[in-house]
This record gives sequence, structure tokens and C-alpha cells, in this order.
Amino acid sequence: MFETSLTLNDLMFMLKGAGVTLLITAFAVVGGTVMGLAFGVIRTQIKPWMAIPLTFLLDVFRSVPLLIQLILANAFQAIAGLGLSPFVTSCIVLSLYTSAYCTEIVRGAIEAVPMVTRRAARSLGMTWGQDMTQIVFPMALRVALPSWIGLTLGVMKDSALVMWLGIFELLKSSQTLITRLQEPMFILLVTGAIYFMLSFPIARLGGRLEKRWQEND
Amino acid sequence: MGNYTFQWRQAFRALPQMLDGALVTMQIAILSMLIGVTIAVLLAVARNSKNRWISAPATAWVEVARNTPALFQIYMAHFGLGSFGIYLSPFTALLAGIAFNNAGYLCETFRGSLRAIPPTQTRAGLSLGMGPVKAFRLIVMPQMFRIAFLPTMNQMVWAILMTSLGVTVGMSTDLTGVTQDLNARTFRTFEFFALAAVIYYLITKAVMLGARAVAWRLFRY
Repeated sequence: MFETSLTLNDLMFMLKGAGVTLLITAFAVVGGTVMGLAFGVIRTQIKPWMAIPLTFLLDVFRSVPLLIQLILANAFQAIAGLGLSPFVTSCIVLSLYTSAYCTEIVRGAIEAVPMVTRRAARSLGMTWGQDMTQIVFPMALRVALPSWIGLTLGVMKDSALVMWLGIFELLKSSQTLITRLQEPMFILLVTGAIYFMLSFPIARLGGRLEKRWQEND
Repeated sequence: MGNYTFQWRQAFRALPQMLDGALVTMQIAILSMLIGVTIAVLLAVARNSKNRWISAPATAWVEVARNTPALFQIYMAHFGLGSFGIYLSPFTALLAGIAFNNAGYLCETFRGSLRAIPPTQTRAGLSLGMGPVKAFRLIVMPQMFRIAFLPTMNQMVWAILMTSLGVTVGMSTDLTGVTQDLNARTFRTFEFFALAAVIYYLITKAVMLGARAVAWRLFRY
């Protein structure tokens, strides 16, 4: 049980997979956050009935399994003849997926800023833009950051599904090694440990931030 | 759109098969929630215990469940346990993986809702002559249920979405499994999976609306 044929080279192979996981996560979170910010601000600005199409569209990304979204997007890009690589397709799908959740976080955070505060800002002569960047943004950030960290970690874990499109991220590399070495338990434990080490410290940081900021309120 | 002809009729003809798959999906989701809630309550009690030997394993469970991908947890149940000579069928492995995940997340939900109820209320109950069990049952639990209900139903939606991962361990009877089977036979990937996506959407919406209706009926002030 304690002997293994897992070599340092194989471990490097897995770490390379972890790098791909992080790369996809980074693309998805950056793209998703930019879109989520835009959609979230739009949703708080326009009338509720005008937001219905946007809300519905984003809701679809949260109500359909990510695996099916990935398969559909991959099939669609093939049908449409876009010729996107699986990596690009996954990044696009994960960005949209992230943006759907991010929109809710942004909207909630903006709505958490009391209207009177914003009116006070406007009555001091600030423009809408100044109010948004100098009053709403700093206050909303405190509300949004813990959930945003949670979302980032969620996307990193969900990015494991892109292996279905044949991308060699962490879990897929471990699958390859399992097929070759026939030591599923040990290799999966290493995989789990890598995921855990990527996720746990940041999760802890998020929890601490949340606690510290609540005390100040 | 190039020169691709969509064959929607073929997909609609397979609808009864896919709806059967949707039933299996619901079955797994509901079972995993029942198991998950039971374990989560035990974990929540264990995590609040002062004995380290009891709280540490519970904490480990929760942290692993929350910090590793659900797909990894399902793999662990399916491939990992094989090392110990325990061979789970795709159904059992999927159920075990999702239940493990549910328990981890729900434990935190329950702990949070428990914390949200001021301890002064329990003390007030005790001072009225209630025993600790009675005070918990009559004062804390109804309020806890109110706070934890919607997050729990949210987890139910997550469980439904997670069942789609079964296809990666060879599950072929749930909605995604059936769809993948049809796909492998016809190569009409887009049509079949689009239909599956619509079914998943309708299921999750129905669950969420049902939960809202129940919450409104039970918990409105």
C-alpha cells in the first residue's frame, strides 16, 4: 500500500494540469467578473420589467448543469463552424457561467448601499459616475468580496468538468495516471490534496475577511 | 450555420426516454438530500462538540467536501474505493459522492442557522421550566427550520445539477446518461443536449417555485 510507482515526473505532469486548472479559472473569473459588473450595474439601473430578458438569460446559466452547457457550446461552435479550440470554448462557457453568479453578487452589493447615502452624495453635487465609483463601489465591495471569493473557488472546482471536452487539467491528468499506474486511491488522494491546497487557504481568507468586516459594521 | 440540418424531430421522439431519465435524476437528487441532511445534522452536532476527537473528523469532512470538486468526490467513491476492494455501481457511487458533498455544505447551513438564534431564547425557555430537549424542540428548531429551509432547497437544486456528473463514471440511466447514450448512437449532440438542458431548467425551476410556495405557506409572518 505504501509503495508507489508515481514518479516525480508524474507529479510534475499533475502540477502542470493544476496550472491549466488555474489558467482556465483565471480567464473565467476575469471575464465573468467584468461581465458580472456590467450586468449587475445595468440590472440596478433599469426598471424591473426591462431586466426580465437579462435575468432570464443569466438564470439559464445557473439552472442548467455546467457539463451540459459545455457539451452544448462545443457542439454549437462545431455546427456554426467557428473552429474554436476546446480551451477557448471552455473559457467562454465558464466566463458566462461566472458572470451569471457575479451579477447576483454585484446587484445584491449595490442594493446593500442605503439609498439615503447615495442621495446625499448626489445632493453634494456628485455626478452619477462619481457616486458610483466613490460612494457605492467602496461600500459595496465590502459586501461583495466574501461571496466573490466563494464564487472564484466554486469556479475553480467546477472547472474540473472541462475534462469532458478533452482538456488536460488536474483531474484529467490524474485520470491518465490512474489508467497507466493502476493506483486510483493514491493518485486521487494526491489530486484531492492539490485541489485542497489551492482552495482551502483562500476559503479561510474569505471567511476571516467576512468576520472582520462584520465586526466593524 | 454552415450546412448542418437540425433534426429536432429525432430528439422529440426520444423525449419519453429522457423523461424516464429525469425521474432517475430526481430519485438520486432526493435520496442524496435525505442522506445529506441526516449526516449534516450529525456533523453539525459533532462540530459543535467540545471533544476534539469528535469535532475534528466532522471538520475534516466539511472542509474536504467544500474545498474539492464534486466530480473529484464522485471519482473517489467510484475509482478510489476500488483500491479497498469496494466496487460501487455508478448509481451508488454517484449517490455517495453527491450525499458526501451535500452533507458538507448543509452542515454549515445548519450551523449558521443555529447560530442565528440568540441563546437568550433557550435560556428563557429553560427558565420557564422546559427541559433542554423540549426548549430545543419547541423554541430553537422551528426557527432554525425557517432560516435553513431555502438554503437547503438551494442545495437540492445543486444536487440535481450535480447528478449530471454521473455520466463521467458510466451512469447511463439518469437524464444526462440517457442523453449521452442517444448522442453516441445518433451523433445529434446539439439537439439532444439542448432538449436535456430544457428539461433540467424546468426541473430546477419547478423545485425552486415549489420551495417558494411551501416557504410562503409555512413561514410567512
